[in-house]
Amino acid sequence: MAHEIIAATNAVVVLDVALPGIVWGWIITMNMWAKSIGTGIIFLTFFLLKKYPKETGFIRFPAVMVSIVTIHLFLFFTVIDLHQMFRFWHIFFHPHMTSAITIGAWMATGFVGLLLGMAYAIYMKKDEALYDRLLGYTVLLAVPVTLYTAGLMAQSTARELWQMPTESAQMILAALIAGTATMLLLGGNKFSNTIKKDLGIILGLSAAAAFILYMAELIFGPMKAEEVAAVLEYIKGGEYTIMFWIGQVLAFIVPMILVWVSIKKESYYLLKIAAVSALIGLWISKHVWLVIPQLLNMS
Amino acid sequence: MQLGFLVDLHLCMGCKGCEIACKVENEVPLSTWRLRVKYVDVGAFPETKRTFTPLRCNHCANAPCERICPVSALHYLENGIVNIDKDRCIGCAGCIMACPYGAIYIDPQTQTADKCTYCAHRVASSMMPSCVVACPVEANIFGDLDDPMSNISKYIQQHQGNVQVRKPEKGTEPHHYYVGGGNVTLNPLASFRAEGHSLFNNLTHLPVGGHH
Ligand code: SF4
Ligand code: SF4
Ligand code: SF4
Repeated sequence: MAHEIIAATNAVVVLDVALPGIVWGWIITMNMWAKSIGTGIIFLTFFLLKKYPKETGFIRFPAVMVSIVTIHLFLFFTVIDLHQMFRFWHIFFHPHMTSAITIGAWMATGFVGLLLGMAYAIYMKKDEALYDRLLGYTVLLAVPVTLYTAGLMAQSTARELWQMPTESAQMILAALIAGTATMLLLGGNKFSNTIKKDLGIILGLSAAAAFILYMAELIFGPMKAEEVAAVLEYIKGGEYTIMFWIGQVLAFIVPMILVWVSIKKESYYLLKIAAVSALIGLWISKHVWLVIPQLLNMS
Repeated sequence: MQLGFLVDLHLCMGCKGCEIACKVENEVPLSTWRLRVKYVDVGAFPETKRTFTPLRCNHCANAPCERICPVSALHYLENGIVNIDKDRCIGCAGCIMACPYGAIYIDPQTQTADKCTYCAHRVASSMMPSCVVACPVEANIFGDLDDPMSNISKYIQQHQGNVQVRKPEKGTEPHHYYVGGGNVTLNPLASFRAEGHSLFNNLTHLPVGGHH
């Protein structure tokens, strides 16, 4: 480990340029967070319309609108983070297909097209069958749209903390958590207790799985690579420790507890608090995970 | 042709001539660096030693920066140089996340990525890179790795067993070698780095693209 090497050689940097600042900051956190809601709500809409077609038909329009708004938020934050934002069209006219950024931009564009088609089907044509057909394709595309950011993180070879396939699992779980939380807030009391219970179970299990992955990284990550060990120091007593734990508690622990209490008591009003907590916590957790590898000096 | 660099750390005396020559040649703006020389002190008094390590882009054969660039602004030249087209770059900073050597920065004037190009413009005119010319002790050796008779190839042959690259475990296959390097000089995690131990004692972090 690095600190043992330092103790042995007593090596100290005495003259160098200043460390680079954080390059991907809160704008990229907003990007990932908004995308989780945008694709997650589509997963949940598909699930509810398949399992409870009669009781949940009303969510068709609000769900697609939420997805359209959040995916555009995601695109907005993607573009404003570019240092040359008015050149974003280069991605389409000079595409480099080995880049997850390129693949993601193309897929997200297709995803927006399908969402607009769904909105047209339900709002203008009032055609539920067409909406449901388009939803099938949209769900399929939502999977790689959710995952491409994990691909991008995996291609970021400088940041050892971001590993495949863990990041893929985290991205899908984040989409399920964000989608369920948004659906719980969207459906409100119009959902029956059975549906609320189903949503609660998805939220609770996704939160548990994501929490296990974070804890596994925290405990076993340092054994993988020296860089991972050094990065995790920032959340093991370092400057991001409190923020990391606030994120973990709000995103995963509070929702797990509230879901458990709700199911036990068969009373589901607490699920809305769980949903808000999950959405806030998810932003914080993602932000910490995004920022800490960037604090490490690369050279 | 495969152009490469080699720095003999036994020879480097930390004069930073290469750093300044690079800045001037490539008009590298304030607070940004294509090449820098890092000083690391080793040992405890009176058994101390100061090490000097010039650090620049490695022009990797398997370059993660080139792979992640969505618009091919980072691209290979036929001579193996990983070059950058600043007019094409959209400033997404993906390359900064991908380069394991921190070799890329956002140029605050153009708001695009920039890095050492092995002075591709000079090489195209059969000139040596600016930093090579400036080095008073010829610690920087530049040439064609595919040519066994080039200076760099001969140097590598003569120093077999003592030729290193940075972070070989990353699989980037750098075309930039060091002779006489070690953990302290080549592994950034092997030395303690206090904030403020920089050329600018009141500036601990570089502004990204000119923004604080
Ligand atoms: S050192 Fe970094 S910037 Fe240079 S080619 Fe390798 S990955 Fe790219
Ligand atoms: S910042 Fe520029 S050079 Fe770097 S990956 Fe993005 S478009 Fe390519
Ligand atoms: S080769 Fe040119 S661009 Fe690269 S460090 Fe030397 S002077 Fe700078």
